[in-house]
Amino acid sequence: MSVKRDSFSVSITVGAYGSAFGAAAVAADFSVLQACLLSLLLFSGASQFAVVGVIAAGGTAINAIATSTLLGTRNGLYGLRLAPILKLRGWRRVVAAQITIDESIGVALAQKDEAEMRRGFWYTGFGVFIFWNLFTLAGALGAQAIGDPSAWGLDAAVPAAFLGLLWPRLSDRKSWVLAGFAILLALSLTPFVPAGIPIISCTLLAIIIGWRK
Amino acid sequence: MSTFWIAVIGSSALAFGIKLAGASVPKSFLSNLRILRINTLIPVALLTALIAVNTFADKTQLVLDHRALGIAAAVTLLIAKAPFPVVVVGAAITSALAYRYI
Repeated sequence: MSVKRDSFSVSITVGAYGSAFGAAAVAADFSVLQACLLSLLLFSGASQFAVVGVIAAGGTAINAIATSTLLGTRNGLYGLRLAPILKLRGWRRVVAAQITIDESIGVALAQKDEAEMRRGFWYTGFGVFIFWNLFTLAGALGAQAIGDPSAWGLDAAVPAAFLGLLWPRLSDRKSWVLAGFAILLALSLTPFVPAGIPIISCTLLAIIIGWRK
Repeated sequence: MSTFWIAVIGSSALAFGIKLAGASVPKSFLSNLRILRINTLIPVALLTALIAVNTFADKTQLVLDHRALGIAAAVTLLIAKAPFPVVVVGAAITSALAYRYI
């Protein structure tokens, strides 16, 4: 019972956030269809916002793809973690892969036994998928209707959304130090290199700081 | 094909590839602590850079405008432990007001 409740409340809260994505995408000149396809096909919040954020900053498609993909690597590690518990084959593995995201893993790992973990994964994965996509469409249509994104604060909603995703990850000194250096590097590169490069360059900082214990 | 379509299709295909690979890669890969550490730090680096650039840059120029006030509002709300949607909406409203009146 409680796994169903957990899954539902996570799905509706996170899903509602899809409206911010839909609005941000349209504000960055993506079409409503493109916004919806990102939510259906890419289906990973931080990576989706990265595609929109890099393009909004004037970056190239390759840059957007690279940034989004690097942000998505953690989904691969989640799959690794959960594969022995889900024990999937064939098309079920393909479906499970698509809904392997922060939330489905989070709810699954919070459960006590393997049967509950499997239920948590599927309920939350499908729940978030449904609500996230519905709200993306609503947000995209809403943003399309209102015109000038700056007048509605949509240009600030994008970095605020990133901040909301970043905040829970600033859990130790190392991540704060990294964040500080990332701001410095990204902004100091901005006037000198093509847009988008300052963002992806910060991957190097993560490698340098993560190299040693 | 436009930049937008390439970005949409390319990022979606790679995202799915990574998710599917996760279910197939040998588990020993996960035991490399260095890869694990770097993997948890990459989102911190990229998200921070995205915040900085989307707040203080306009193409390749550094600017200080209404968005900075929006982000300041978001930080304040996060420190006050406001829920996710409140943070985003608060930032948007603050930025919109600044855009209109400053």
